[in-house]
Amino acid sequence: MISCSGVTKVYVMGKEEVHALRGVSIDIEQGEYVSIMGPSGSGKSTLFNMVGGLDTPTTGEVQVAGCRLADLNSSQLAWFRCRKIGFIFQSFNLIPTMSALENVAIPRVFAGETPRAAREAARRVLDRVGLGHRLDHLPSQVSGGQQQRIAIARALVNEPLIVLADEPTGNLDLHTGEEIIDLLNEMKANLGVTIITATHDMKMLSCSDKIVRIEDGSVKRVDTQADVNVKVGTIDGETVL
Amino acid sequence: MMPKQDVIPEQTAVSWPIVMSVSMAGMRRRFSRAMITMVGVVLAIAFLCYMLLNETFVQSMIAEGSDDLNILLQNANVDILSGGGTDQMTVLLIGLTLLTSLVGIINAMLMAVTERVREIGTLKCLGATDQFVVRTYFVESAVQGVCGSALGMVLGLVVSMVVNLKTYGWFALKTFPAGGVVVALLVSLGAGAVLSVVAAIIPAYMAARKQPVEALRVEE
Repeated sequence: MISCSGVTKVYVMGKEEVHALRGVSIDIEQGEYVSIMGPSGSGKSTLFNMVGGLDTPTTGEVQVAGCRLADLNSSQLAWFRCRKIGFIFQSFNLIPTMSALENVAIPRVFAGETPRAAREAARRVLDRVGLGHRLDHLPSQVSGGQQQRIAIARALVNEPLIVLADEPTGNLDLHTGEEIIDLLNEMKANLGVTIITATHDMKMLSCSDKIVRIEDGSVKRVDTQADVNVKVGTIDGETVL
Repeated sequence: MMPKQDVIPEQTAVSWPIVMSVSMAGMRRRFSRAMITMVGVVLAIAFLCYMLLNETFVQSMIAEGSDDLNILLQNANVDILSGGGTDQMTVLLIGLTLLTSLVGIINAMLMAVTERVREIGTLKCLGATDQFVVRTYFVESAVQGVCGSALGMVLGLVVSMVVNLKTYGWFALKTFPAGGVVVALLVSLGAGAVLSVVAAIIPAYMAARKQPVEALRVEE
């Protein structure tokens, strides 16, 4: 489904060459939940961006669903991102001037659907993530967790093959973060999408099929669900301000 | 069972009416922002319109050839022999005003682009093409320009009528140059529209060049 082979990335900054990735090869199957972990500056984001067609490798090859992303022009990449990939961001990135419904409908409009049909589809997906009653709210009028739910609906509205989630729980509190992870898991189970997250969040590990640890531009270790069985304790109690 | 996608097509273009409605919705919700950009256009076009109208008024009054009116015209420092045409200084002044307004719109639009880098990146992640981004900025600038010009036109007309009625009394109505007024109003509206579309070229191009990866950058 996704295969990276010998991917390197070198950024030239002035006279210095920065090796963000030094030959990464990984394969990801359809329907897998993969967490990419690594300290900041490890090349985690670079790898992540390449799968989403946001960045191209210096050498090596990235293939998604059988096509080499490096061969695509910007319009084809737009087509690919629109239909095959759903993006979820750490800071939600909803369009502040659009209502929840419009935010979720816009990828379908980009895919060539009429606004009316797009809104109809958006309504169904929003219902599914439990926000059927918040359709006309602006992002600033709902909570962080709800904003991320809208973002998840937006990522899923075009029925993508892959959902790329960049620290999806990074801006949320523990409890809301868990709800978001549950929701992602549920979507994976029901829709069969591949989910790839870049994360520091240990909570995400327990539901990952595969954990890719990246350090200094190389894959350090790939663990499968069986290898790690992380249990995260919860803290319940009254919130004291 | 890998879903094969051998040939990736080009992304579908979003039609103008949809671009319009997306842009308009954005402006409605950033209304105060749009108003500030518009004020620059309103003032410049009001000035242009006022100057053009005064010229037609004066020319029409000179053509009337009435002695009483000529005295009023001379009192108002109008050079009757030259036919009431606009002098070079005035043309220069109008040109400068329009240029200032142009720079003002470019500045406002560039700010809108920088403010929305993440938004543009996000839209591109969701499948927006460069063309879509360019179109939204042109629509935004053109709508602000046309609305601003229309307001400026009305303002220029009102001020010009008040000034002329005060200076020349009922002569201003008696010699009212209907054709000339319509031309002046249309020229003002057209100038504002052209100005705003020209001003959008650089900002729209810069917006289209923003990369989708900007959406992932975290600044807070």
